[in-house]
Amino acid sequence: MKRVRLPEPSSRLGLRDLGSESLAGVLQRPGRSVLTMLGTVLGIGAFVAVLGLTATASGQIGEQFSLTKATTVNVTDRPRTDGVAPGANPPTNFPADADGRLARIDGVRAGGVWWPLPGAPVVSARPGGENEGTGLAVLAATPGAVAAMEPTLAAGVTMDPFVQDTAQPVVLLSQAAATRLNVSRLDAQPAIFIDAMPYTVIGIYSDVQRQPGALLGMIVPASTALARYGNPGGEPDRAAQGLIATRVGAASVVAAQVPVALRPDAPDAFTVVPPPDPHSLQDKVTSDLTGLFLALAAICLLVGAVGIANTTLVAVLERTQEIGLRRSLGARTGHIATQFLAESTALGTLGGLIGTGLGVTTVVAVAAARDWTAVLQPAATLPAPLIGTTVGLLAGLYPALRAARTDPLQALRAA
Amino acid sequence: MSHPSDDRRAGEPPVIALHGVGRSHPGEPPVTALHPCDLTVHRGDYLSVTGPSGSGKSTLLHLLGLLDTPSRGRYELDGIDTGDLRDRDRATLRGRRIGFVFQSFHLLPHRTAEENVLLAQLYNRTPAKDRRAAALEALHRVGLGHRTDALPTTMSGGERQRVAIARALVNRPSLLLCDEPTGNLDSANAEAVLEQFDRLHAEGFTLVVITHDQAVAARAGRRVSIRDGWLTPLSDPDAAEEAGVR
Repeated sequence: MKRVRLPEPSSRLGLRDLGSESLAGVLQRPGRSVLTMLGTVLGIGAFVAVLGLTATASGQIGEQFSLTKATTVNVTDRPRTDGVAPGANPPTNFPADADGRLARIDGVRAGGVWWPLPGAPVVSARPGGENEGTGLAVLAATPGAVAAMEPTLAAGVTMDPFVQDTAQPVVLLSQAAATRLNVSRLDAQPAIFIDAMPYTVIGIYSDVQRQPGALLGMIVPASTALARYGNPGGEPDRAAQGLIATRVGAASVVAAQVPVALRPDAPDAFTVVPPPDPHSLQDKVTSDLTGLFLALAAICLLVGAVGIANTTLVAVLERTQEIGLRRSLGARTGHIATQFLAESTALGTLGGLIGTGLGVTTVVAVAAARDWTAVLQPAATLPAPLIGTTVGLLAGLYPALRAARTDPLQALRAA
Repeated sequence: MSHPSDDRRAGEPPVIALHGVGRSHPGEPPVTALHPCDLTVHRGDYLSVTGPSGSGKSTLLHLLGLLDTPSRGRYELDGIDTGDLRDRDRATLRGRRIGFVFQSFHLLPHRTAEENVLLAQLYNRTPAKDRRAAALEALHRVGLGHRTDALPTTMSGGERQRVAIARALVNRPSLLLCDEPTGNLDSANAEAVLEQFDRLHAEGFTLVVITHDQAVAARAGRRVSIRDGWLTPLSDPDAAEEAGVR
């Protein structure tokens, strides 16, 4: 069929006009628009808040994650109890030259073995004195273990291989123990008594980087303890333990090598505890919380979409006459569809913006209340309003189609 | 101000030219809403179409307003054969060349009188900067220059219909198509609207008023009646024949 060319340009709806018309449609019923947006607001608010809170919480784990923790490897002995007389302590699986074996592992700065003295040793300042040292822990440790604790010396010297090799009766006192036992100066080579045996105080430490239990106690050479007290206790909390200080980043690699290095013949004899991997911790938190809450957010968004679709559909039915009028004023079916689509999209976008604002506010408020640093990932936060736009757009498709299909004759007749 | 005869002398095509236009709805049996008819309306004419309800008035209105397509015959608007037009072109013609005035006004309740008039310029590429002036001018023309910011809900029926008339004429259409324009008005307001039509006619607008009210129809210079789908001239048979009503 031959097409007639009209002398005038065909109808059009400019972008600005479309924008102002759809905005007018949204604003002419402000109360209803707000209610319609609610689902989208909640959904996107939850979305932003969940992602923000997860990122924030993960950030806190990162901050609590300390350098010392990250460079500490603990090794627990699992002594064999079979073949040991009842009541007696089993021999430790740690070899005598554990310090040397550990030190030879790449990435280890210092490592050794320690254990609490078996029984309940009586500590006193004078021979035969009462137990002034009640509550003070007495630890047996190799020089490598002491070095791994990284003690800060207030006076004297730390333990060296000599006292270990020769099983000297010497002791390192913590500041707390020294105060309790009235030891303040070391130039007179004072001695304290553990179970009535004298031990010369060679040093006083005020702090340790690892094994904080040592801060309320004292340390004797492992060889001395072994000679005088026998094997470490068999219970897990009294068994011999390895303490290793590694270089930064080497902990997990070192941890994997420790059992074989210590006992190539029985690597299963030890339980090695590497420091927590910060990434795996974050991942765990993320997957635990986020999955649930994101599902809730998605449900909210779905409800929001249905809400927008419903309201827009009602609006289309309510405004049948308006549709007819617009058609009589030269609007094409596409213009009608576009207008309603723009209205639902505007609703969704507004909901998305408000939801994002609320979500960000929530994250900041929670972070402020907990003294955390709020972490908002731009990749998750900035596009959030666009989710609302998408929801509005999708929700408006069917109503817009209905609007476009409205017969102007019927529409104008409905009075 | 022009007279029909001037137009014809000038060789300008008539605003409306129906050639054997009829409308029937398919079915068993087919329902004929409008029997084939001829009708010519020249620029500046004031034509009334009367008939009882169900007579085919609305069908004729919808055909003339390009809201419906004839099932037979040819309809030329301003010399443009509308039979070959796509929907979008029909919408374009509606927006440019036809101004509708409805019985129930069809004003948007949340918009002021001015905004309602502005709506008529939304789709026809009127430059945004010219719209306001044109809308205000149209409102002044119908005597509502003082009510431009009023909402329809605060206006009387007569005022509302005048806003609707302003909206219909703001684009200076070739044809003002009025469907029972006084149907919802009391007699005083109806008279004001009819006086408005007289003024518009005097200014050269082409009016087609469809009504069941003989008093309203009597204001028009030319009258046709429609009954059971048959269109017949009522007054001035010579002129009617000359105008092509048979």
